[in-house]
Amino acid sequence: MQSAETQTAAIPIWRDERYLNLLGQAIFAVVILAAGYYLYRNMEAGLRRQGTTLGFGFIQGTSGFDIAETLFEYSRSSTFWQAFQVGLLNTLLVSVVGILFSTILGVILGVARLAANPLVRWLATGYLELMRNLSLLVFLVFWYLGVFLKLPKIKEAVIWPGPTFLTNRGIAIPWGVPTETFPAYRLILALGVLAAILIAAALHARGRRTGKPPLTILWAGASFVVVVVLGWFALPAAPLAWDLPYPEGLRIAGGKIFTPEFMALVSGLVLYTAAFIGEVVRAGIQAVSRGQVEAARAIGLTGFQTLRLVIFPQALRVIIPPLTSQYLNLAKNSSLAIAIGYPDVFYVSNTILNQSGRAVEMITLVMLTYLLFSLITSAFMNWYNRRIQLVER
Amino acid sequence: MSNAAQILPPLAERHTLLGWARKNLFNTWGNALLTLLTGWLVLWSGRALLVWAFTAAEWGVIAANLRLILLGQYPIANVWRLWVSLQLLAFLVGNSLAIWGRNVRRISLALAAAPLLLALLPFGLQPRLWLAGLTFFGIVGWALGRPAGPRQRRIVLLGWAIWPFIFILLLRGLTPPEGRLPLVPTNLWGGLLLTFLLTVVGIVFSFPLGVLLALGRRSRLGAVRWFSIFYIEVIRGVPLITILFMAQLMLPLFLPSGLTIDRVLRAMVGITLFSAAYLAENVRGGLQAIPTGQFEAAYAVGLNGLQTMGLIILPQALRLVIPILVGQFIALYKDTALVAIVGLLDLLGIAKTVLAQPEFLGLQREVYAFISMLYWVFSYAMSYVSQRLEVSLGVGKR
Repeated sequence: MQSAETQTAAIPIWRDERYLNLLGQAIFAVVILAAGYYLYRNMEAGLRRQGTTLGFGFIQGTSGFDIAETLFEYSRSSTFWQAFQVGLLNTLLVSVVGILFSTILGVILGVARLAANPLVRWLATGYLELMRNLSLLVFLVFWYLGVFLKLPKIKEAVIWPGPTFLTNRGIAIPWGVPTETFPAYRLILALGVLAAILIAAALHARGRRTGKPPLTILWAGASFVVVVVLGWFALPAAPLAWDLPYPEGLRIAGGKIFTPEFMALVSGLVLYTAAFIGEVVRAGIQAVSRGQVEAARAIGLTGFQTLRLVIFPQALRVIIPPLTSQYLNLAKNSSLAIAIGYPDVFYVSNTILNQSGRAVEMITLVMLTYLLFSLITSAFMNWYNRRIQLVER
Repeated sequence: MSNAAQILPPLAERHTLLGWARKNLFNTWGNALLTLLTGWLVLWSGRALLVWAFTAAEWGVIAANLRLILLGQYPIANVWRLWVSLQLLAFLVGNSLAIWGRNVRRISLALAAAPLLLALLPFGLQPRLWLAGLTFFGIVGWALGRPAGPRQRRIVLLGWAIWPFIFILLLRGLTPPEGRLPLVPTNLWGGLLLTFLLTVVGIVFSFPLGVLLALGRRSRLGAVRWFSIFYIEVIRGVPLITILFMAQLMLPLFLPSGLTIDRVLRAMVGITLFSAAYLAENVRGGLQAIPTGQFEAAYAVGLNGLQTMGLIILPQALRLVIPILVGQFIALYKDTALVAIVGLLDLLGIAKTVLAQPEFLGLQREVYAFISMLYWVFSYAMSYVSQRLEVSLGVGKR
């Protein structure tokens, strides 16, 4: 910096920032690679001492263990890979059901936090403070051991209308069983979806033409329901037969039985995540400035229209990114299933690990699975987020 | 809001409870219905809870196992070392509250009174004296912190930085069994003590690592940047429990033969590696909020890259993200419960030990409710105090 001539003179190589950058990167890369190689060598030597090598060949071997809950045919003579898939599907099931219900409960909580009724507001705030400061794992264990396993025995089951049986062996509810007309009914369901799509498209087009925002979801949903209900009665026999649960000796027969593990995991995750989603929703609604509401009123929108056309779309923009991370948290937290014995992907992988002794492979596989899951979810939510973002001119 | 508050409501609605209820709870049919429904829900669940807690629950299991729950199997002869580090902590807290917490008088008083209230519980003489000591040292620290200058602030910050190490040193001990500070093997650490320890270690060690990763992610050097991004995103994409399993099962494999590390240390490594990735993202948020002008000004006064970061950018960035970091540390405290799954006897893990005793079979509700309450109390207290301190310091706002 002393004079102008240093700038024109060639910079010596040891002070040229470009070379220094490259050198820095090279040194960093060498250090990281060397450290990685050193750890890998140690691992290889350690595995050799144990008498194994790396490789995924074992995954085709017979598993030799049972899984309590499976969504498809599985037995102890199936392969490790099939066991892994059972766990994967269970994780997906818990995540999807959990996300659905925690969104519903979360939105209710978020709106309740801003309700005009003080009692409702206090209740929602109290719930939030209670949940947000609990440790999820401790809560899940308490929920499972202290609530679901403390339900009465089957002989003394609590029976709610339905009938719904609450027992320590699970919760049984009435469930539809497909009859021979069910395949035909599937066509009607498809027809209903088609009708809904057509109506939505027509309404959307008319909305574009007239400038009047149509209630697309309401009408599309209604048309689907009409087709589906009409189809139910149009068929010669009902497509689903009502299967009622009833106690039979030491077990419950009929209906659909949800195990205590599944119920505790899903409801625990929902109760916990909903508190966080409630905060996200509240923040989103509050982020819409008062001026927007006043302006909407000034141009003559009704209360509901203001909510639907002005507040909600703007709140959604604020809500989506943190909501995504809550969904991902829920999916990742479902791995706590191992503490209460629900066979999700982590639990099953741990069993496979113990059976086969393949720690490195199984942990890598599980981590990759969760990573993939996170990547797909965030890719989808990013796409949705881009779609609803404000187009700035 | 403030304008609306200045217009006083009519007298009838201002002064009677009934008037207030009529205006807020029963002004329309829908609202009245909502009120009744919510009220019924609150009364019903509250009554059920109280009836259970005061008639059905057998809290004897907690009283009989309190030591186990709080300290695990930490030897009685060495418990004084924990008390000493707690006294130091009380001194630091008192000192800090006097310096920074001018507007949080009520919290300070509550903190000072809490040990005395605990001492009313039926403990022996010694714990009571130690508890009274907490209040005493807290007040001494507070009195010393009153006329604080910038020099004293630096000393207190230094105290906070070295306290975790004193705590760990006292906890672990130094000398063989016959010495003054006998070693306490980690398999005897347990209960709330272990939970606290894991939290403290997680915070202390993930902080520098996280800051380095955040800087790495914003580095101009491609190799450094990509490595940081890879590390952060991979860790954030997987659940903590997989990291803990990796630490338990794979860490021993990575080390050269002959070198072993014990299970508690492995869990600490896992928690630190996990927490660092989240911390890095939070710190990055703070770094991004610093305007370019700050960099340019720093270069203009002749600071080099390292000085710019250390003296100008990082202090501002960290100050901005203190509220978020506190939230993350609270989450870390709650997450340490996961080490119970890999077999450590932390607060959650010790519950299983308590419930395995034949005379306390089937008391899961009482034990887990108590443990949940411990988590809740500390987590709530931390977030409450930090929120109030943030307000009084104006942290996170400029």
